[in-house]
Amino acid sequence: MGDLKEELKGKIIEQLNLEDITVAEIADDDPLFGDGLGLDSIDALELIVMLDKDYGIRLSDPKEGRKIFESVEIMAKYIEEHRTK
Amino acid sequence: MKKPTYHIKSYCHIRENTVSLNGVELFVGNGPNFPVFIKSVYKKFKVDYPKFFKMDNLSKLAFMAAEVLLTKENLGSGVDNNIALVFANRASSLDTDRKHGASIEDDNSYYPSPAVFVYTLPNICLGEISIKHKLFSENSFFIFDGFNAEHLFHYSSSLLDLNKAEEVLCGWVDLDENNYEAFLYLVSKDVGTKYSVKAINSLY
Repeated sequence: MGDLKEELKGKIIEQLNLEDITVAEIADDDPLFGDGLGLDSIDALELIVMLDKDYGIRLSDPKEGRKIFESVEIMAKYIEEHRTK
Repeated sequence: MKKPTYHIKSYCHIRENTVSLNGVELFVGNGPNFPVFIKSVYKKFKVDYPKFFKMDNLSKLAFMAAEVLLTKENLGSGVDNNIALVFANRASSLDTDRKHGASIEDDNSYYPSPAVFVYTLPNICLGEISIKHKLFSENSFFIFDGFNAEHLFHYSSSLLDLNKAEEVLCGWVDLDENNYEAFLYLVSKDVGTKYSVKAINSLY
């Protein structure tokens, strides 16, 4: 799962245009929203698209994202359990 | 009652790899690539605003032109600044519209990006400037075939005449791929160049 977490950090930085942040600076348990990386609601939608496009996971209820996107750790666990590609 | 006289306090150009304020060149970038150029402008003026990197190219252009011009005005950070925004351009948000269009043209790979979609209107750049500078004022964005000083003059003068704003940030912000041009000016009752269609065209 370590590789997946590193992959997710890279995708988050690239797809959400997080300038001046490196993979090494994102801890597995850092909160992605609020005081952590400071992501916003559009970023949350972008992450939902990423789950669908890259891992074949379609969230029927965007509110599910609140728990799934708490941290890279939780995201990676969810993807491992639900991915279809 | 005598009609008040308005003035152009300051103006800014960003075009052809160059940033200038009140006719004085402040920065010259390298190469024809707009994203690279505007990032170098951001770095040059030491702006610390991570949201900049999430904006589309039109908003980045408008944002940096406003940044260069309004930073000089030393706006109060904790107060509401009553500066209206009146912008215009030719290409609307076409640059971003194309990116969005490309993301939805293949039915087998239909993944529109929400972060791109939110910029498929030209007036979003006004919102970005308003958020940064705490402007809770009137704002309008017009589409014309070309630079229209007369319209900018009459619309902004009307806002000032009706006390809808204390100052108006006006201008032209146009971008399509690597072709870009921003010309913004600030109109107020303070001293400066006397406000007229001729003056706008002359500075443009």
